[in-house]
Parts: sequence; C-alpha cells; structure tokens
Amino acid sequence: MVDSPVSLVDVEEGIKVIPGADVIIAQLEKLQLDKLINWGRKSSLWPVTFGLACCAIEMMATGASHYDLDRFGIIFRASPRQADCMIVAGTVTKKMAPVVRKVYDQMPEPRYVIAMGSCACTGNVYRTYSVVQGCDTFLPVDVYIPGCPPRPEALMHGIIKLQELISKERMRWTPLK
Amino acid sequence: MDPLEIAVGLKERFADDVLHISNFRGQVGVYLKKPHLVEIARLLHDTPEYCLDYLKDLCGVDYMDIKMPRFEVVYHLYSMQHGHMLRLNVQVSEHSPDIDSVVDIWAGANWHERECYDMYGIVFNNHPDLRRILMPEDWEGHPQRKDYPTAGPEEEWRGFKEVERKAEEFKKYQWNRKKT
Amino acid sequence: MEQEKDLKTRELVINMGPQHPSTHGVLRLKLNVDGETVVKCTPYVGYLHRGTEKLAETMTYIQVIPLTDRLDYISSMTNNVGYCLAVERLFDINVPLRAKYIRTLVSELSRMSSHLLWLATHALDIGAMTVFLYAFREREGILDLFETLTGARLTVSYPRIGGVKRDVTQEFIDKTYAFAEDFPQRIQEYETLIDVNRIWLKRTLGVGAISAEDAINWGFSGATLRGCGVNYDVRKRFPYDAYDLVEFDVPVGKNGDVYDRYLCRVEELRQSTRIVKQCIEALPRGPIMAPDAPKFTLPAKDKVLGDMESLIHHFMLITKGPMTAPKGEIYVAIEAPKGELGFYIVSDGTGKPYRMRIRSPSFVHVSALPRLCEGRLLADVVANIGTIDVVLGECDR
Repeated sequence: MVDSPVSLVDVEEGIKVIPGADVIIAQLEKLQLDKLINWGRKSSLWPVTFGLACCAIEMMATGASHYDLDRFGIIFRASPRQADCMIVAGTVTKKMAPVVRKVYDQMPEPRYVIAMGSCACTGNVYRTYSVVQGCDTFLPVDVYIPGCPPRPEALMHGIIKLQELISKERMRWTPLK
Repeated sequence: MDPLEIAVGLKERFADDVLHISNFRGQVGVYLKKPHLVEIARLLHDTPEYCLDYLKDLCGVDYMDIKMPRFEVVYHLYSMQHGHMLRLNVQVSEHSPDIDSVVDIWAGANWHERECYDMYGIVFNNHPDLRRILMPEDWEGHPQRKDYPTAGPEEEWRGFKEVERKAEEFKKYQWNRKKT
Repeated sequence: MEQEKDLKTRELVINMGPQHPSTHGVLRLKLNVDGETVVKCTPYVGYLHRGTEKLAETMTYIQVIPLTDRLDYISSMTNNVGYCLAVERLFDINVPLRAKYIRTLVSELSRMSSHLLWLATHALDIGAMTVFLYAFREREGILDLFETLTGARLTVSYPRIGGVKRDVTQEFIDKTYAFAEDFPQRIQEYETLIDVNRIWLKRTLGVGAISAEDAINWGFSGATLRGCGVNYDVRKRFPYDAYDLVEFDVPVGKNGDVYDRYLCRVEELRQSTRIVKQCIEALPRGPIMAPDAPKFTLPAKDKVLGDMESLIHHFMLITKGPMTAPKGEIYVAIEAPKGELGFYIVSDGTGKPYRMRIRSPSFVHVSALPRLCEGRLLADVVANIGTIDVVLGECDR
C-alpha cells in the first residue's frame, strides 16, 4: 500500500481513490469486501430507460441539464442487459405488465427496482379494469417514491435511499443462499 | 352552409332513416337508423355544398336501460372548406351490434372503429382490420359497456395471472439480499 | 453484380418497443423490412390504457379535472382547459374575462413547454443531443412558473369549471414577462444548432411527406396538419377563451414533411411568446370565477369558511356534483399542442358525466404511421414518430 500521496481522496472508510485516474486503493485490513463491492455498485447505478407515463417526463427532467443525474454516477442505458436498476416510472397496465416483467428478467443480477410515482406504487386513482394496482404485485420493489408525479428532488431522494440500501448489503455476490 | 339546413336536407332525402334532429347549444345532431349510413356519409362527404371531409371523431355510447336501441355510434363531421360541423348519432341495437364501416370514406375512421369495437363490441362490417386495439387480444368483455364493472371483473385476465405466476416462480433465482 | 443476384434475401420482422428509447413512451411497432426499406408497419397501442373514459363516468364533473391532467401529461394545462370549456358549454356558463386571459396565458405557456419537449426528444432521436439539453433548460423555467402559480410542475389541475383556481400574483406576472422577453433569443439558439445543419436536413427534408387531402382524410390536426399546408387551427376557427382578443399568426407549411412540421412548431413557439406578452399586457381586473352560475361553480374559499350556505353548496358540488345539470350532448375541441383535443360529453342530468369521450390527436396520428412509414427507410421511422408528436397517455387514455 502506498503511503498517502497528497492526491488520495477518502471516499469511504478504507477506500481511497486518485481522482482522474482509475485507481482504487482499498486497505483490505480495514475493510470488508462487501464494502468495496457495495461502494462500487451504489456509485454507478445504471438504470434502464424505461418510461411508461407522466413520471417518465420527470425522470427525463431529472436526467437533463437542470438536475443532472450524471453526478450520482447514473447513466441511463437503453438496453436492460447493461442496466442494474429499473425505474418503473408511470402507470403499469395489465397489457404492459408482461413487458415490464420481461425487461426486468433480462437485467443481470444484482438488480434493483424503484417504483416511481403513485401509479407504480399503488395504482393511484386508476382503480380500473386495465391498471395493475401497484407494480409490487409482480416485481420486488426496493424503493417507493410517492407523488403524482414525484418532483425530480423526490426521485433523487429515492435514488439516495437506494444507495443507502445497497451500502448495507452483505454477501450479495452469489446466487447461492 | 348552416348545419341545420344540411340536417333538414337529409331528413327530406332520407325520410325513413332520419329519426329526428337536435339542436343543443348550437350543435346540430342528426339521429339516424343504420341501414343507409354509408350512402348518407358518402353524400355528406362528396356533395360540394356539404363537403364534410374531416371526421373529427367517431365513438360509441352505451345507453343501457335509458334508450332503445341500446348503442349509438356518434360521428362528428367537419368541413375544412366551409367550416360547418354536423353530428350523426346512428342507432345500433343490442341484438345485432353491427354497423357499416366508413373507412373507405374517411381513412381516419379506421382506429376509431377498432376502438369502438374493442370498448363496446360493435362490429363494423367491411372494416379492413377489425381487431382489439386498446385491450389485449385475448381480453374478455367490452370494458366501456355500462354493465362492465369499472374495477374489472372478478376473474383476472390470464395474461396478468401468467405474469404473477412467473414472478412467484422466478423468486428462487434471486440473489440473496441479507442486510447488515 | 452476378453475385448479388444470387444473394437470397428475405423479409425480416423487427419488433420496436414498447420499451424503446425513441418511441416516446410505450408505443410498439411491428416492422416488416426488406433490406432497409419498411414494407409493412403495424402500430400497437393500448399499453397505457388506463380507462380514463370509464373512470370519468363514475366521477363528478369537478373530480374529472385531475384525470384530464394525465392524458397529455406534457401539457396538462391545455387538457384541463379543454375539459372545462366543454363542461362550461354544456352548463352554459360565461367565464369572466380575467379568467379567460389567464387561461390563454397558461395554455400558451403549456404549449411552449410541450413544443420544447417535442423539440428536445425529436432532435435527440435524430441525433442532435445538444438541443435536448438546451430545450430542457428553458422548459425548467416554464415549469418553475407553473409551480409559482399552481404548486405543481406537471399535473397542475389549475383551471376550474367557470374560471381558474387561483388568481395570478404579481411575482408570476413579472417572471413570465421576463421569460417571454428572453425566450426568442433561446429559440434562435436552437435554430442555430439545427436549422441548416446538414445532418438534420438530410434526415428531415422530404421524409414522411403527406399531401393535404390525405392528411385531412386521415383526420390529422395541429401542426402535423398545418405542415401540409392546411390552415386549420381551432384557435382561429372556433375561438375559445381570449384567442379572439389577441393577435397571432398561424404558421403553415408547404411540403408536409418532417422539416416543414419542425418549422411550423418552432414558429408556433414564437407566436406563443407573442400571445403570452399580449395576455399580460391586456390582463383585465375582475373576478376569476363565474359569478352568475352558483349552481355549477365552486364558491370562493373565504366564503366557504365564513358562510354556511356556501359551505353546504361547496360540499354538495364536491360530493354529488351539480344537481341540475342540463341534459344534452356537446363536443368541444381546443387546439392542444399535439392537435385538436376534443371532449364529447353526454349528460343525463345527474352530477356525473354519462359518457365522456376524449378525441385525442395522438391516437389519430399514430393510426397514420403506416401511411407515413411504408416504402421508406427504416431510419425514417424514428423521424416519423418524432414528427407526429405522440404522447401515449393521450393516445391510449
């Protein structure tokens, strides 16, 4: 282990990086492997671009110039196979549910789901024949963001909550139980 | 041309088909029986004085227990050239829920008619591609009929049941999510 | 050449959507392609069908307003206005002049935000990323204005039957005027980026062209129709709110291709700025809710808190709806940013609409996608989806 050059930056207990260079210095004696992995995962959440309804517009606004999600390490990916997070932004209808599930199934583990907006959480006012009453009926949701639609700040809050959740995980590197 | 004049002209020409004419808040509606609908529509579209070349809207209405016959298909016509608007309410009975298609006259009627079929179960004869449009292909029932429950029927759509089954089945492939 | 003859080709079926970044929501297209040419295009919609029309039948007239927000969620203000206008026409309510001006003002702001989003996503689809970032910058400004006025960014529910919910503040007026002053320079920025950009021209000129007769026959409306050279604008043909009191031009295209529609919409941005300024300059004093229709309009909040009768009246209107609604059917359309948005309401005399039909422009436009795409290149499909400015919330309802 190199002894403290000036440019090293502490990002987490036991993890240091040299900004600009792709170098991570982990002091393994101080650190569990979990922490390093979780730190990596939470700092580069790549959600799949998956807009369903009104909330997608707010999701776009959050990703655009004013709110700028890039600073959280969030880059929207068009393919679910490159993504590890799904933001269910909008009303999930019964016709759409198989598609949502398929997109989720195509994502590699570890994967996370954020239910954005009242429709995705509970179905909102749409107690109708065609609307799924909350996407948690067929998806394991990690974070619920209420609001119709939630403000970009609320979405960012939800993402930070997800990051907190990820940083608390243990031994999530294997499908074996 | 005043839409009321068009309506009266229709009534003179098709005395058997036109039931009555309404004028509510300046909007003229002609209530029709369905047999000569295409003929009337063609006349309204092609006659230079009428020139109702723009189909604004086409939709169904269900008058269950209020009116006989039960359904109405409503056409909103407009003339780009003359700027007049006319509504046609065509009656469709519950026992033979079919009506002739007007896709040949207004191409835009295509999806409106499909939606009307999807929502009310009214069959449009000679429609080029009459399938369900908003609901999945294997959906049962016609949601906007008044006797269809708003929250949906007791029996869940099989496509969604399949998704729920899949969700349950795939739980075993999830990575463990122990938390500290 | 000899070799090419022997090459065996076959038609390929490509599924596009519902999860696709450039279908603007949950539109699905099945494309049969022969090489790069689209032979057959079949759109599938309904992935966002929420049953709004059915749900509206179970709600009172006032309760329906928030549902209309979520149709064309990019410009909810115009949906609210359209619905309120239809109900007002049905109940025969006269809206006070101040409310009319305010509605016109917010509708135009809404049109601007919608066109900005259209420009952003359309340009992004065709490959101009910078426009996206520029347009969203101004769009945030408009959403901030809405927030000052209504408390919400997207789903505003601001207009009411018989007027508007809240009076505009001086702060809102100042901010809006400053925005309108600044906005033309911003439009120029977008134009500098793409107006004569060679890639933009190659992707848009002559693409998705449709003749005026065909466009009318298919039921096109809004800028999609005006791009073909048909001068049809509901604001001019059936003036509502204060549109007959302000001056504006309706831009009309010539060739009916993607580029002409782009020019029309960008010009509409300028005209909207003009209308916004005029509305602010001419904003009259007076009430914001119709005073002469107490059976249908909500009483003012301070009255509800102080006056027993108003409280009962307010309660009854909210829970049961207007008890003496006239029987009849009405079709009222407005010029929404996407095109002609119509509401057909059948009233049976109770407090709830017996049937509410929404004539959505996107639905009609999507139905004509095969007409625009077939026989063209695969890459043009994306440009065509962008140019008809489709919002699936409104298309599927």
